[in-house]
Amino acid sequence: MSLLTIKELTKFYQADKVAVDHVSFDLKKGECLGLVGESGCGKSTLARCLLRIEPIDSGSIYFGNQAIEHLNERNLHLFRKKMQIVFQNPSAALNPKLKVKESLIDPYNQYKKELDLSYFSYTSKDAFVKQLLEAVGLPSHLADQYPHELSGGQRQLVTIARAISIEPELIVLDEPTASLDVISQKAVLTLLTELRKTLNLSYLFISHDLAAVSQMCQRILVMKEGRLVDEFETNHLFDNERHQYTKELISIF
Amino acid sequence: MSGLSLRLPKSKKSRLPRLVTLLGLLFIILVVIYTFVYLQHDPNLTNLDDRLLGTSIQHPLGTDQLGRDVLTRLLLGAQQTIGFSLLALISALIIGVPFGLIAGYKRGVVDRLFMRIGDGFLAFPDTIVAIVLSGLLGPGIGNLVLAIILVKWVNYARLVRSTVLSESQKEYVLVARTNGLSSAKIIRKHLFPHIVGHVLVLASLDLGKIILLISAFSYIGLGVQPPTPEWGAMLNESRPYFQSRPELMIFPGLAIVVVVLLTNMAGDYLRDHFDVKKEVQQ
Repeated sequence: MSLLTIKELTKFYQADKVAVDHVSFDLKKGECLGLVGESGCGKSTLARCLLRIEPIDSGSIYFGNQAIEHLNERNLHLFRKKMQIVFQNPSAALNPKLKVKESLIDPYNQYKKELDLSYFSYTSKDAFVKQLLEAVGLPSHLADQYPHELSGGQRQLVTIARAISIEPELIVLDEPTASLDVISQKAVLTLLTELRKTLNLSYLFISHDLAAVSQMCQRILVMKEGRLVDEFETNHLFDNERHQYTKELISIF
Repeated sequence: MSGLSLRLPKSKKSRLPRLVTLLGLLFIILVVIYTFVYLQHDPNLTNLDDRLLGTSIQHPLGTDQLGRDVLTRLLLGAQQTIGFSLLALISALIIGVPFGLIAGYKRGVVDRLFMRIGDGFLAFPDTIVAIVLSGLLGPGIGNLVLAIILVKWVNYARLVRSTVLSESQKEYVLVARTNGLSSAKIIRKHLFPHIVGHVLVLASLDLGKIILLISAFSYIGLGVQPPTPEWGAMLNESRPYFQSRPELMIFPGLAIVVVVLLTNMAGDYLRDHFDVKKEVQQ
């Protein structure tokens, strides 16, 4: 069953510059779908469009069976709690003036009335934050620290903890390992794989790192200059029928 | 000797001016409150028999050219000068901060409209606005405060707008938006903490400037009107007696210097306290 279906999505930057050009794909429930391409090819714009934080110019976005591209903020509420995003740069994704626990509690506070958590349970703010930090393997004393007191890897784990806090169905991972060192990269990828199984999550994994994508994802989309040029199962990565651009990407790694 | 100075803990060195500033401001606040409750002399009671007296037990700072007690007038002058400066400053904050928040967060047409209005106000220097308003509405402290508000609010609007503009592009605000937080909530929880520090620093530095401006305009007769005691006006009234009784000018002059110095020192302290670069170094 498709969780997310994108049809002919188009987004212009200026009147004549197209960032995302008639992109169509679907993402199945429980799947980890990879999206690779070089910097500036429109991957992040696509992510922002499908999360409805960037307006789109044409096309449609279905979450389940419901089209969400024209919903207003009030009606989007139901879908917002099912989608979360993890950004590339964890330093910018956490408010430097807020303690870790204040950042972590934001999504829960927003949806607490209609949330039905199965893995986590809310008894008190501190206990909830502790559960979240434990789920990503961080010590609970970090809750009272500010982002600048944490390492880059720890910060990214905190943003992941925030994303899973409301047990969403889909998490968009926008180059989650790009600003981390190799050891942290591996830790984050392993954690994401585990969390997908325990929380029954689906991922849209955006990256320019073909190695990481092929390790994480069952299916891969290749994007170039705003268009999808190739789509294949990961085990067909080295098949001869791959698009010329995919072969170029493979040859770099 | 160099070994001795090395052993001095750094924190103690920087704590002394901070302590002096704090105690000084506390003292001034207490004095201002005290004058509301208790005064020994009527500040406006003229007594030509006792004019231009020197220091005595009854008049610790002597009397002025109309026989009024200088200490009483100096203390009440603090109420006038500091009170009206704070009134002007807080009013400017109340107008400027929300203006900047909305312009910076909403962007687009709202931002352009708000900021062009702001630019219009910014085109006039405070002195000119104060003089023009006094010409149109007559001299008086109310019009002077109005002139200060008209000029000062733009600075706060611009400061807040620029901070909000840069911060609202950061990804943590995007995350808050994907979680459906309303604009009001994002501004309150995520953006407000970023502007508090900047605004406090500018406000404390501005307070000194406003005190000087009010005193200066009272000195030339466009601010507080006689017989109400005000430091700038007291300076002006004592001017003819400068050679025979220089202390009549020295006391209010010193009061202005000390208060402005203290507010500037408080501004320095606040700037260090909220310094973003320092946060990164930590």
